[in-house]
Amino acid sequence: MPEGRQPILELQGITKSFGGVEALRGVDFALRPGEIHGLVGENGAGKSTLMKIIAGVHTEFSGRFLIDGQETRFRSARDAHAAGIGMVHQELSVAPDLTVAENVFLGNQPTNALGLVQWRRMAREAGEQLARFGIDVDPMSRLGDLPIGLQQLIEIARVLFSGARIVILDEPTSALSPPEVERLFATLRRLREQGTAIVFISHFIEDILRVSDTVTVFRNGRKVAETASAATTKGALIEAMIGRGGEALEHSYTDDLMLPRPTDSPVILKADQLSLARSLKGVSFEARAGEVLGIYGFMGCGQQELSRILFGKLKPDAGTLIVEGTPKTFASTAAARRAGVALVPESRRAMLFHQEPVYKNISISILDRISSLLLKPAQEREIAQRQVEQLQIRPPVVGLDLGMLSGGNQQKVALAKWLTYPPKLLVLCEPTRGMDVGAKNDVINIVRDLRARGLAIIVLSTEPETVLSLADRILVLKRGTLVREFKNEPVSKDRLLEAA
Amino acid sequence: MASSETAPAAGQRARGLAPFLRSQMRNIAPFLTLIFLSVFFALASPSFATIDNLGNILTQVSVTGIIAVGLTFVILCAEIDLSIAGIANVTGIAVAYFTLQESYVNIPNIPLPGAAAILLAIALCAALGLVNALGLTVIGIPSFIMTLAMMQIAAGISALLVRGQIAYKVPDLITTLGSGSIGGVPWIVIVAAIMLLGGHLVLTYTRFGRYVYMVGGNREAAEYSGLNVKLILGSVMVISAVCSGIGGMLGVAHFGSAQQNEFDTYLLDSIAAVVVGGTSLFGGRGGIGNTIVGLFVLGVLNNGLDHVNIDSFLKILIRGVILLLALIINVYAQRLREKTAE
Repeated sequence: MPEGRQPILELQGITKSFGGVEALRGVDFALRPGEIHGLVGENGAGKSTLMKIIAGVHTEFSGRFLIDGQETRFRSARDAHAAGIGMVHQELSVAPDLTVAENVFLGNQPTNALGLVQWRRMAREAGEQLARFGIDVDPMSRLGDLPIGLQQLIEIARVLFSGARIVILDEPTSALSPPEVERLFATLRRLREQGTAIVFISHFIEDILRVSDTVTVFRNGRKVAETASAATTKGALIEAMIGRGGEALEHSYTDDLMLPRPTDSPVILKADQLSLARSLKGVSFEARAGEVLGIYGFMGCGQQELSRILFGKLKPDAGTLIVEGTPKTFASTAAARRAGVALVPESRRAMLFHQEPVYKNISISILDRISSLLLKPAQEREIAQRQVEQLQIRPPVVGLDLGMLSGGNQQKVALAKWLTYPPKLLVLCEPTRGMDVGAKNDVINIVRDLRARGLAIIVLSTEPETVLSLADRILVLKRGTLVREFKNEPVSKDRLLEAA
Repeated sequence: MASSETAPAAGQRARGLAPFLRSQMRNIAPFLTLIFLSVFFALASPSFATIDNLGNILTQVSVTGIIAVGLTFVILCAEIDLSIAGIANVTGIAVAYFTLQESYVNIPNIPLPGAAAILLAIALCAALGLVNALGLTVIGIPSFIMTLAMMQIAAGISALLVRGQIAYKVPDLITTLGSGSIGGVPWIVIVAAIMLLGGHLVLTYTRFGRYVYMVGGNREAAEYSGLNVKLILGSVMVISAVCSGIGGMLGVAHFGSAQQNEFDTYLLDSIAAVVVGGTSLFGGRGGIGNTIVGLFVLGVLNNGLDHVNIDSFLKILIRGVILLLALIINVYAQRLREKTAE
């Protein structure tokens, strides 16, 4: 049992604040060798902040920080790395233009006496490491050419095999398919046997319960519970996380769910035979006012490309977009926006300005609606304040730089920028990825509210739960082709997975 | 709404003084440099800290200032314009080319009325800026390379127009603005001040100005927010070229002649003014206020070195070192800010 061993890492009374907002308040945390320690909590509860302290990303905080019983202070992520701490961040951080082998060995490529890179050795060792992890790829292929899920696995592999004694995984499974998750878990268990200490952060509570020995629950910057995984249940954890009756919130979607009769409201957007290089082949569908159209498929099925075409970021090789009866070729995203199309991409980084205050982030897309030549900052703040209150963005300070908000709150800001003057068609990519139960519910309610206001909404996701919780009609996209439509019939997670 | 007005102030107070100072480093450092240099030269030379000399400094930085207005827009968008000096030169030469020269000037030129000469010159620099804009946005040539080519093209047009000769006459309006003065204040200082003020107002109070900052801050996010990023980038390249052109025309009048390679030093000076002032090379941070401080740092430095007894060849080195220091501070300030924002 790990309980008996001396902690490899011990934190005592850690407090950290951003701009006067306390992200962590007096948190104690201990990690033992050969332990997989699960962390759960809503967005902004402080999990990521604590991990960034451990990984040397945040260096200013108060409290005691001990490694092997010795009090330590990291001055940078490099210090943490040298102390044997490896972290896989929530967002992919790989070098897509380098080879798989180079990515695996990033920063410590094997060299000969002259300091030249030993390519053959590097390729062989990378191949061996990845094979142990169940990944079969050519180590000399360009990483960016691989599907995103595979890229993520390779990034995880890099950290796992870097020799780190402490490995932190922040939401590692959200982009992985079920078999990939299995492979990851098998590897984690093997590392545990070798004495590695692993911190596993996830919103998928089943995953946490399956793989971890201990679970710690965070709420509002405090540690509210720490328990052996075997001695708790999903319901109990959810209750500890959100502090209100949790069971009702989490729908498992394993039972059949009846989709409603399709609406005959006007068609807002008609896609006709859209094709794009190797990504999409003859994709046709209609999006109607007051309907949420879900598009489900595995990572790399062409969803991302489809969403970019709808918003004028990519031009299709063939096919047409018809917006309210008029064929359109969007020359730019600005043209798509003017035609009434809005997109929230899967990555917050791609659509938010971290160094600008919240209100400028919210007003950027509607500036031409509220001002012609001169800006009206007072009005911008007022509009932003209204959105912040409606979407319960925390902290509710529109003048705060966006970078100071937690991930979930940033996601709400990303939605808020389109809501003051709602578009005709709203395209949402992975709207609830990486979100906790409470924030997911908030997003679901926002989307339902927008549907009631007559918007056509397209939700693209690789998570069946997301599509099932939101969509009135579901299309399944498989390798660039639409293979199945679910409407006015029962649907479940199994049926979706089967169709994809 | 009262709450929305007070909230940001509260947010900033709560952030504390040290992080606030750190995030403001890019604004504070150039200002401290300016104060330090001014005090240093005032102590080192009795002729430095005089009203007359302040007038000298203002006049000396005017042409750079006019060019730097447009360049500030470009650098805020995280692009660069290396053709500013070339475009200034060719525009100055063009306005002289369309003006009747004295008989001893041996250039086969085309004399036109003053207004037409000025309009044609402006049209020329705008057209060159448009070529920069199209190269950058439509073809997708990085601005560094595109404007490097434009620098050569502008030099080529200049050479063809003057053919190694020197022209002296420019339209009366340009002569007045470039070398005249009103109530003891040189017109060129007034023009520079008006253009700097105008640039500041556009950047701070207009929608276009906000777009410039947002495109510079995160171009991808600007695109996903439905901004026409290419249009904005194209616009700043044209603005830069037109500002350079105006600087070039007034510069020719100010120097009293139009000839090849007349503006070569203005390329480095203008970039230095913007960057020394603290506008981020990574885009999205800084502004005309910074550029003004940068202009004064360079102006005081150039002028002050003339007042103290220093090897004139050493001056070149000193300017290079100051520019390097400013670049270091610029990059460092960016890093500090990113840390604070995390």
